[in-house]
Amino acid sequence: MTSAASVLLSAARLECRRGRRRLFSEVSFALPAGRALLVSGRNGAGKTTLLRALCGLTRPEVGEVAWRGRAVRDHRDEYHAELVFLGHHSALKDDLTPEENLRCALELGGDDGAAHVAATFERLGLAACARLPVRSLSQGQRRRAALARLWLSRARPLWILDEPFVALDAESTATLAGLLRAHVDGGGALVYTTHQEIDVAPGRTERLALGD
Amino acid sequence: MWRALKGIFARDLALAWRQRADVLSSLVFFVMVVSLFPLGLGPEPATLRAIAPGVLWVAALLSSTLALGRLFAGDHADGTLEQMLLAPQPLAFLVLSKIAAHWVAAGLPLTAMAPLLGLQFDMAPADIAVLTATLALGTPALSLIGAIGAALTVGLRGAAVLVPLLVLPLAIPVLIFGAGAVDAAEAGRGAGAHLSLLGGLLAFALAGAPLACAAALRISLD
Repeated sequence: MTSAASVLLSAARLECRRGRRRLFSEVSFALPAGRALLVSGRNGAGKTTLLRALCGLTRPEVGEVAWRGRAVRDHRDEYHAELVFLGHHSALKDDLTPEENLRCALELGGDDGAAHVAATFERLGLAACARLPVRSLSQGQRRRAALARLWLSRARPLWILDEPFVALDAESTATLAGLLRAHVDGGGALVYTTHQEIDVAPGRTERLALGD
Repeated sequence: MWRALKGIFARDLALAWRQRADVLSSLVFFVMVVSLFPLGLGPEPATLRAIAPGVLWVAALLSSTLALGRLFAGDHADGTLEQMLLAPQPLAFLVLSKIAAHWVAAGLPLTAMAPLLGLQFDMAPADIAVLTATLALGTPALSLIGAIGAALTVGLRGAAVLVPLLVLPLAIPVLIFGAGAVDAAEAGRGAGAHLSLLGGLLAFALAGAPLACAAALRISLD
């Protein structure tokens, strides 16, 4: 049990539709600092839609998302300054190098950390391709380049990640799981989906199953 | 916020430079359309002088509409647009910075090319100056108005056809005052009034279009 004050992200009776089909309804949760939320469900159950609704990209049909107790809809800029969202798309430009892409992403988000870009690529094993255009990278390298954003945005308390482990090899998966655990340990909040049954913070993960 | 705007502007220009075939193709399209008219209508100098403002302006309008498809499509396909919507800066300003970069890559080359094409139509130097001024005022307005159409159709199938259908009717005032200014200058009536109206249209588009684009993008990505 946690007090209401430490709840970072909460959702109250969310319902989302795609066309006329109801994806899910009555989804409620309260995610305190230092906890992870693992969203599961079969394909098409609405996992991605739920994450997009939590970010404020999709407007839920019914219900409300709140950040630190305030409706996200009314405090969009403050909320987005504390959020990192990585979706299915890598948000990388094919014609730019990973380094240029990352610098642009940091500038757009107003993050500092441009000084650590090179060190981060080193750690992720991307140093050799940091100056190649993204179009020439493999799927796994692209994925790692997109995830590099997380290492540089560690100050942001809420991470919402859609299938972060897709296309990663065993070593990168372990590295990423370690980073996510450190984020939760450090008092951050994490919402993620995965098909690989990876519990990044055992004992501190709440599960939300959609489509039952 | 200034850093984010500069970042988007610089990134889009860098991308335009690396995909310069696209930029070049809409410029070549402009030159080709303009050059077809003398071939179709015959080389009578008086006729060419009379049709020059209209032809150059219609070609500029079509060419800039053609380029609009690139404005948000790439960002939507690779997820950059989602990240823009999630940035802690006002979306309207980010969009304005994208439109500015788009104009530098698409509208500015048209404007720079116009004097040369004016010579092809035997226009007087003073009239060519007016033509260039109208394009310098008019093409940013076209980019701004067109961006609304591009934002509304982002992610839709058949956006390439929908954008001109949405945008061309809205661009008619710009066309009327742009071509009208050159006509007036050729007739010796002075282009001041038309240019002022064109400047007014640009100011109006500058104030309204980014907000409309931001709203349209939020709807399109819902």
